[in-house]
Amino acid sequence: MNWDLLSQLLMNGLIIGCLYGVVGMCFVLIYKSTQIVNFAQGEFLLIGAWVCWWFLTTWELPFIVGFLFTLGFMTVFGILLQMIVLRPMIGEPIISVIMVTIGLSLFFQASLKWIFGVNVQPFPKVFDQETVMFFGMQIQTAYVMSLVISLAIMIGFAWFFKTSKHGLAMRATAFDQQVAQSLGISVKHVFAMAWAISAVVSAVAGVVIGIVNGVSDTLAFIGIKVFPAVILGGLDSIIGAIVGGIIIGLLENFAEYADGQWFQVGNMYTIAPFYVLVIILMIKPYGLFGTKDIERV
Amino acid sequence: MAGYNMMRCGEFRTTYEKDTTIFPTPMSKKFAILGVILCFIAPLHIGEFSFLSDFAVTLMIQIGYMSIAALGLNILVGFTGQISLGHAAFFGFGAFASAWMNNEFGIPVFFAIPLAGILTMAVGIMFGMPAARIKGLYLAIATLASQFILEDFFARADWFTGGSAGSLANSMEIFGYVVTGDRQYYYVVLFYMIVMFILAANLMRSRDGRAFVAVRDHYLSAEVMGIRLTWYRVLSFGISSLFAGIGGALFAHYLEYVSVESFNLLLSIQFIGMIIIGGLGSVMGSLLGTIFMVLLPEVMQGGAGLIASTEWGNIPAITEGVNYMKEMVIGLSIVLFLIFEPDGLAHRWRMTKAYWKLYPFSY
Repeated sequence: MNWDLLSQLLMNGLIIGCLYGVVGMCFVLIYKSTQIVNFAQGEFLLIGAWVCWWFLTTWELPFIVGFLFTLGFMTVFGILLQMIVLRPMIGEPIISVIMVTIGLSLFFQASLKWIFGVNVQPFPKVFDQETVMFFGMQIQTAYVMSLVISLAIMIGFAWFFKTSKHGLAMRATAFDQQVAQSLGISVKHVFAMAWAISAVVSAVAGVVIGIVNGVSDTLAFIGIKVFPAVILGGLDSIIGAIVGGIIIGLLENFAEYADGQWFQVGNMYTIAPFYVLVIILMIKPYGLFGTKDIERV
Repeated sequence: MAGYNMMRCGEFRTTYEKDTTIFPTPMSKKFAILGVILCFIAPLHIGEFSFLSDFAVTLMIQIGYMSIAALGLNILVGFTGQISLGHAAFFGFGAFASAWMNNEFGIPVFFAIPLAGILTMAVGIMFGMPAARIKGLYLAIATLASQFILEDFFARADWFTGGSAGSLANSMEIFGYVVTGDRQYYYVVLFYMIVMFILAANLMRSRDGRAFVAVRDHYLSAEVMGIRLTWYRVLSFGISSLFAGIGGALFAHYLEYVSVESFNLLLSIQFIGMIIIGGLGSVMGSLLGTIFMVLLPEVMQGGAGLIASTEWGNIPAITEGVNYMKEMVIGLSIVLFLIFEPDGLAHRWRMTKAYWKLYPFSY
């Protein structure tokens, strides 16, 4: 056993798992409030990362300013996307809704490749110090930042949904749209808000991963990796998304370790979560925290 | 969706046979036969003269094998109401299976193609097992996982696929006669296409086909009526994989080389795009959607070529970006069709027919 490598990998798993959790939360947010499964979640990360990169390199803005501009852009983007594309889809069968988001993801991915190219572009240097030591392990500063940001986002979500007026309105809409509407909540605004928040928070995750690994279209794959996480946690549970994200993050790094040490089959890092996904769907389709869908005739 | 036809005033159907017939009127039968005959003579070339260029023949072959696979997906999605995001993986499995059986066991290609279809059917049933318990969105995600698992299997199973080098497939051979060239292979594809389309059209008139539609429309009522839900859900996965496998096998022996990378998620999405654009739950729609999906990139390529040839249009962004533009337009056309014409081209086709039937008086 190689304990150093294992602990290093598990630490990475925890950090990337937190990011999966954050993206999963955005995914669950959209699913819960608008009943739409967003297959274009990964493209939100990609768009956020590319836009931020563009602000930082072409316009040479300082990081904080560029980052805030990106968040503003993503807010507008999320609202417009909901208004133009997703609003006509309300009440359509589930396959249509899924396919619209898949079509969107194809469209965004191709257009981003066209605009920004297919090569990995490194972010300009954000931190002076590349790595920090933590209990004898070397961790990239950006990873520490991502952990802090993820935790901050999670706490922010908790505060938003527990206490703020808009958060309560969103929870009411998720619970029952008609009742919420009759209590004077504008369901339209709630939907737009859900997409905007989801786009913004995903973009934050995209920028963080972009700083560590550079920006390229592989970032969009996170949007697919998030499925095992949210299914494991339960599709309509925000806590579940976080727990599921962390478990999947740890699992894929552990799979890589086990693969490197014993099995030597390769590519386990990418594929292990999908095996887990199939097994969960067979045994416990509603996940750890999801509400069980009981059908009555 | 399927199920309703525009019937002419005064046209009454009094028996079940009349209602479930493939060709509602004698005229439509004549048109179908005429279409098949046209397909038969299209690639002929007599001396110097030929109806279609070589390029058009390759496009028609492409439409042929793609439409068989799309038809399979339409049986699964359009008729049974299950969602599959892993169709390309089954298409690929059929391609590899046919090449493998031919190379490894020396089974002639003529038999290897249907056998590959049956093998793919078995795999499809295996991956369709989750459908027994889950449906809708969860099923979509499960099939997405099966897409990645099978793709990973292709990359790893050297004995089966040749790994990253890909595998070579022999050309078609019918009892000693070797099919050479695209114009001859065209007839092989056409033969399979006609057989598979007749099979699918007849399947939908049978008890099993009606059971599929019942499962789609209201699965609880279907179960109450005595339809075995699990069996039909898994069976429709099997049948759809059978079609995909045969389409894939035809693809393999056409290109004579199968590479591991060609069966990715994008192809799966394209298959779903085909049936959505063509029309869910319509046999004819599968063909129309495939034609649309195959011709669209070619039209765009041609358009980009035209723009680039003009004096002001020779911008690198257009000439180099045309590949991305193709993907963009595929995504965009799926979105636009779902918003503006959710019933697809098949519906538009019916409307056009109904319009001309009554021309010039609209009632």
